[in-house]
Amino acid sequence: MSTKTRDGGRPESGGHPVAWEGPPVDLTAQSPRIGEKIIKAVLVGAAALSVLVTVGIVASLFAPVAEFFTHVSVGEFLFGTEWTALFGDKFNWDDKSWGVLPLVTATLMITLISLVVAVPFGLGAAIYLSEYASQRVRKIFKPILEILAGVPTVVYGFLALTVITPILKPLLGIEGIYSMISPGIVMGFMIVPTVASLSEDAMSAVPLALRQGSYALGANRMQTTVRVVFPAALSGIVAAVVLGISRAIGETMIVAIAAGNMPLFTADPLKGAQTMTGFIAQAASGDTPHGSPSYYALFAIGALLFVMTLLINMISIRLVRKYRQAY
Amino acid sequence: MTRSEQRTVSTEQRTTQGDSTPEKQVTIERSNTVAPVEGAPDGVITLKDLEVFYSDFRAVTDVNMSFGSREITALIGPSGCGKSTVLRCLNRMNDLVPGARVEGAVAYHGVDIYGEDVDVIEVRRRIGMVFQKPNPFPKSIYDNVAYGPRVTGMKVSDMDTVVERALRGAALWDEVKDKLKQNAFGLSGGQQQRLCIARAIATSPEVILMDEPCSALDPIATAKIEDLMVELASTYTIIIVTHNMQQAARVSQRTGFFTAEADEKGQRTGKLVEFDTTEHIFGNPSDARTEAYITGRFG
Repeated sequence: MSTKTRDGGRPESGGHPVAWEGPPVDLTAQSPRIGEKIIKAVLVGAAALSVLVTVGIVASLFAPVAEFFTHVSVGEFLFGTEWTALFGDKFNWDDKSWGVLPLVTATLMITLISLVVAVPFGLGAAIYLSEYASQRVRKIFKPILEILAGVPTVVYGFLALTVITPILKPLLGIEGIYSMISPGIVMGFMIVPTVASLSEDAMSAVPLALRQGSYALGANRMQTTVRVVFPAALSGIVAAVVLGISRAIGETMIVAIAAGNMPLFTADPLKGAQTMTGFIAQAASGDTPHGSPSYYALFAIGALLFVMTLLINMISIRLVRKYRQAY
Repeated sequence: MTRSEQRTVSTEQRTTQGDSTPEKQVTIERSNTVAPVEGAPDGVITLKDLEVFYSDFRAVTDVNMSFGSREITALIGPSGCGKSTVLRCLNRMNDLVPGARVEGAVAYHGVDIYGEDVDVIEVRRRIGMVFQKPNPFPKSIYDNVAYGPRVTGMKVSDMDTVVERALRGAALWDEVKDKLKQNAFGLSGGQQQRLCIARAIATSPEVILMDEPCSALDPIATAKIEDLMVELASTYTIIIVTHNMQQAARVSQRTGFFTAEADEKGQRTGKLVEFDTTEHIFGNPSDARTEAYITGRFG
């Protein structure tokens, strides 16, 4: 039935009368069904809104970013290793360095540190809750874990600055009060619930029959988890980690508080360095006049963040497709 | 066992109140049928006063029966009579159900598998299981079959040979030999179920438990699995739970009939009513409840 349409509309080839001797029957709609049309319109609007907002963001970035790149070459921006956007005369383009790499490396470094914390702890928590914990323990544990995701990020920022940094200082020999490792670790804790909760959902969704099949072949719990449940849930787990990465890259408050305001091109996590979001927070909250170079720089960095997140999402979709084990 | 055999199972009219019941005949014609057995089973697995609880609920009680090696034993009975529960006790799959408790003994070669120093993994390696719905892992056909030997740490010199032998044993080799690396989900339902059988025999078990293995399959796939069961019975001990009485009559040599009876509080507990050779159960059952069930008057 290739002509059948999903919404019950008339197939294109329909409408052919066939001779019929008996009493006629009226199959036309008995009411106009306005309610359904209204509901459909409301739902279309809801779905369209998020698309419109995204399009609006891209559109609003476009003009200032174009303006920025009339003054700064793309090559200098992407490959320059010095960023001094807030130095010197506010309205002078030429006395500043516009290399964004220090901000990008700091962002990636802190993201990496946070993943080193969040992935093992998050997956560990997910495996425990999904495969080992009793129903009762899970019911208590999971909401508590999710509360952790609701803590305001400014609290995490102060935790990093006033608790984690002083603890790490003598251990690792951090020089100043700012470092990348401290906000990285705290950000990792912040992401743990995201990774754990979504991974746990993915693993719990693996059918019990697969686990039973594994146990019946003499596998123990760990083998069943690692060899059957984990691969079957992998696409959901990848999605959870990617969401964690996106949160880490976009996270602002923790790094603004605990990583410092100095752009620094370094691979040493013990040093403080400004991230992309950190710069945006600093410049946007400071006295950046409309139309000044640093004003346009805000948009350029915003656009770069947007592109990075987009790339990560695209890569993750690829990964999920590649490793998907449908069951 | 390729001889053509026709077995006719008829039930006499044996009614207690003298009213007549329509005579029912089940005629089975197949190329592949197990030979009938005589005498008592040798008891490769023996159940003694088996009783299973799910928390406070007594699901099955008072089961005493014995399974013969290289025989097919069918467990039949209406829904909720505890036959699947009994089957799952035989390789301790009930361990996975929270609150499940087993009393009495399940002796495998005389050893109670619920004994203290029994390793459940050893039990399950020797007593394999095939489930109601085909449940291949979302892996390649090859990896599905190799899974059991790998996780149980079997000393295998050549996994390819093990996989091939298991797939041949499950009459699946010719259909899949060119696509061993493909995902098992690409197979049809019947092929998936034979893959699950291959997976089970890859660990070289002695006993294979089958929990309604054909209930999710079409008649052609069912016939293939039944033929396979009969063939496997020359090597393995098979215990099958089935709702399909013709199937029990066709493939099994012994049949146990279970039913559930409610106590004064309305709790239904499963019991073994009658256990005998399949010929006897379907031809001349001793218990009126068995006869009522197999003639289709209840359940």
